[in-house]
Amino acid sequence: MKAAVIVFPGSNREHDVAKALAASMGSPPRLVWHGEAELGAADLIVLPGGFAYGDYLRAGAIAARSPVMREVAARAARGVPVLGICNGFQVLTEAGLLPGALLPNATLKFNCKFVHLRVETGQSLFTAGYAAGQVIRVPIAHHDGNYFADADTLNRIEDQGHVAFRYCGEDGALTPSSNPNGSARSIAGVFNDAKNVLGLMPHPENAIDPIAGGTDGKPFFDGLIRALS
Amino acid sequence: MTASAKVSPAASIAPETVTAHGLTADEYTRILSILGRPPSITELGIFSVMWSEHCSYKSSKKWLKTLPTKAPWVICGPGENAGVIDIGDGLAAIFKIESHNHPSFIEPFQGAATGVGGILRDVFTMGARPIANLNALRFGSPQNPRTRHLVAGVVAGIGFYGNCVGVPTVGGECNFHPAYDGNCLVNAMTVGLAPANRIFYSSAAGVGNPVVYVGAKTGRDGIHGATMASAEFDEASEAKRPTVQVGDPFTEKLLIEACLELMATDAIVAIQDMGAAGLTSSSVEMAGKGGLGLELELDRVPLRETGMTPYEIMLSESQERMLMVLRPEREAQARAIFDKYELDFAVVGRLIEGGRLVVKQGSAIAADMPIQPMVLQSPEYDRPWVASPTRPPVDSAQLPRIETADALETLMGCPDLASKRWIWEQYDHLVRGETVQTPGGDAAIVRIPGTKKALALVTDCTPRYCLAHPATGGAQAVAETWRNLTAVGARPLAITDNLNFGNPERPEIMGQLVGCIEGMRRACLALNYPVVSGNVSLYNETQGKAILPTPVIGGVGLIDDLDSAMSLAFKAAGESIILLGETKGWLGASLYLREVCGREDGAPPPIDLAAERRNGDAVRGMIVERLVSACHDVSDGGTLVAIAEMALAGGFGADIAVPEGVAPAAWLFGEDQARYLVSCRDPAPILRRARDAGVAAAVIGRIGGDSLTVSSSRPISLKALRARHEGWFPSFMTAS
Repeated sequence: MKAAVIVFPGSNREHDVAKALAASMGSPPRLVWHGEAELGAADLIVLPGGFAYGDYLRAGAIAARSPVMREVAARAARGVPVLGICNGFQVLTEAGLLPGALLPNATLKFNCKFVHLRVETGQSLFTAGYAAGQVIRVPIAHHDGNYFADADTLNRIEDQGHVAFRYCGEDGALTPSSNPNGSARSIAGVFNDAKNVLGLMPHPENAIDPIAGGTDGKPFFDGLIRALS
Repeated sequence: MTASAKVSPAASIAPETVTAHGLTADEYTRILSILGRPPSITELGIFSVMWSEHCSYKSSKKWLKTLPTKAPWVICGPGENAGVIDIGDGLAAIFKIESHNHPSFIEPFQGAATGVGGILRDVFTMGARPIANLNALRFGSPQNPRTRHLVAGVVAGIGFYGNCVGVPTVGGECNFHPAYDGNCLVNAMTVGLAPANRIFYSSAAGVGNPVVYVGAKTGRDGIHGATMASAEFDEASEAKRPTVQVGDPFTEKLLIEACLELMATDAIVAIQDMGAAGLTSSSVEMAGKGGLGLELELDRVPLRETGMTPYEIMLSESQERMLMVLRPEREAQARAIFDKYELDFAVVGRLIEGGRLVVKQGSAIAADMPIQPMVLQSPEYDRPWVASPTRPPVDSAQLPRIETADALETLMGCPDLASKRWIWEQYDHLVRGETVQTPGGDAAIVRIPGTKKALALVTDCTPRYCLAHPATGGAQAVAETWRNLTAVGARPLAITDNLNFGNPERPEIMGQLVGCIEGMRRACLALNYPVVSGNVSLYNETQGKAILPTPVIGGVGLIDDLDSAMSLAFKAAGESIILLGETKGWLGASLYLREVCGREDGAPPPIDLAAERRNGDAVRGMIVERLVSACHDVSDGGTLVAIAEMALAGGFGADIAVPEGVAPAAWLFGEDQARYLVSCRDPAPILRRARDAGVAAAVIGRIGGDSLTVSSSRPISLKALRARHEGWFPSFMTAS
């Protein structure tokens, strides 16, 4: 099993996700600098969190147009699993690999805290470690995580079961106060049509350790690696 | 360049020009004697920043020298970019705190952001990977219409920079007082890790070696920032907005990665960040420490703007720039690394014999000046000072009787004690995945990657004590950080200090500085807790009104085994609460007196450093031996506030019994020092240990229920208390 974590200038959670993958895989993933000529063989491609190119234009906008993303898109089209976390999610929406867009948080502030997520389906590579309806506790850390899509798109992705995670209360209830950034229909993560691409704002990679952040993110990586092995 | 080329002195330097550069007539005379001629305008500018208070420490040097800086674990004390301590296993912790007060008041977002950028560079310049940021903030009265704007801008700016570079902001403090109405304080601290045998210093070596500029381009921003930070504000200070630098954390992130990648090779001889006074101070410091000269060719400096004069290039404080001396044979390898990160890399000069700084632009020589005299003959003042008047203690019997529950609710919702969640949720405190204790504890805990060890980190200062009695306040600031580190189970190792004061030319302000440093000195010695780095920010004064004396201390401690790391949250109902340390009920200069009684007078609680050491060592021993389930030091607001904080953090109430024969308010809210609260299932071994160590200890209550009950006062529901504690900051920031 080979995993590649793409590192853009300004990525900053590549080591966090690499550590999480290594713990589940038994060996570390490859960190691939965006400018490298070859992406190489990969059974999983990860776009990590951070501020690619400073997010100075629009979060993820410049990274989405970098040459390596053409290769990522081609691999995704061939069915290679692609995971985008936080800034990676923003890049995937900017690149058109996922529907919708991430707007600035409704509070217009960066927000770092632990939130509860409801797992909407266990029927995917990325959520195989969880049961549908399960509530997990993982952190968010973003300024632009307010998921937006037009009503038709939202209806479609909901009808097709392409919502992976929603922000919720400790009891799983969807309420305005448990939605930290104003996301449409409390959406925290979405799949593409083929469900081989997932983007999510929260950071399961910062919840793999009983002493720092808890372990609710561990099944995310364990389940993913098991499903791919 | 021919040997005959000479610097052209300015036709005439008017006295007003000298004054405008913040130089006195005496200082200008000294410049004339060093040069043997009038300076060029570029030379005058270079002298002015090198001899500014900010760069030369001319008012504080005499006193800073008295601080203890040595311990067996200190690898590098003050004088380099940051302090370095040995933390075992071949690793060093590198850290420093630095102020960005003046720029933050004028332009809060960029001022605070570039403060973070600057302190990060001080730390990674020495070869460290930054692993944590902290900050200490002081703002004016919440009633002041400007305060909200400053808070919003400063917090957003710190977050903007720290979040983007991927260094978690794990702790800090934030207080309010009208004395900061005209001058807010923004002190930023960075902590990094490096292999103990791979520390990089700034002393240049090797005549002929290339001097290399890397990072962002130079623009006209920040010219005279160091000089601005060395003067009071007046009504025209708004006009200084253009002297505030603009931060680019994305470039800083690339610069961190590129520098650390280069540092893994043997290419670097010396390296120095371009902070205050930019290219000037970095080149002077590197060459000066190496006893060499340095020739700069300004035509090679990457510029953002056209038509920049030598004066502007030398004094620019554009951010995200570094200066390095490289081994010549490694130049190509180094260039390739910076090319990868698309950062500028330019050989802008070389080291020369003769100890002169020679600055050329085209065929003209803009400056040609001896470095050693500029460094060694920089002014050092023994400014006159007067001791602060001593205040009488407050007699608690004379205070009005106030219902305990009302007083606690007032205190927990007052600006200084209210939860700072509104602030720290805007900081990424989790990136890197090593944050064990997030903001809100006594000290932050950040794991050392791949080990069971961790660093404990904290900033602290109680300015109202420093005003009431500077020596007590200075000692208390040091002791409180030591206590905070102890309360999470860490061995306190060393501190960095950020001395924020008013105008040192006023004897009463100088007296505050002298007194605080004396108190710090005594506490550092008693606690074996040396100063390894620091920063002085004077002239925090507007129209003759100074800030409270604010010597902020950043403390670093080591936790040897994370399994014994401690938190302040109550863990289980039924457990006992023990108060350790002696309580006399000291209410002078307390928060109770200020927030509940509306008075700010009285002598501060005395500091007994022997008791501080004894009590702290005993508590740390109990933590390491797993005798306690929670621990919290007792500070602002006294015992009942500390209990309330433990209750809110754990979600358990408590029953507290006030001992017979004491004044309840003094016992509950007095701020006697050297005290801790612990919880435990079995008090016996703790009481025994305390007795053996000579530490006063008593069971004062029991955990349980969903409210705090204190003797005969009405019960205080945790829900109501939490609403007050969490509610103040968001409602303050959203009020119109």
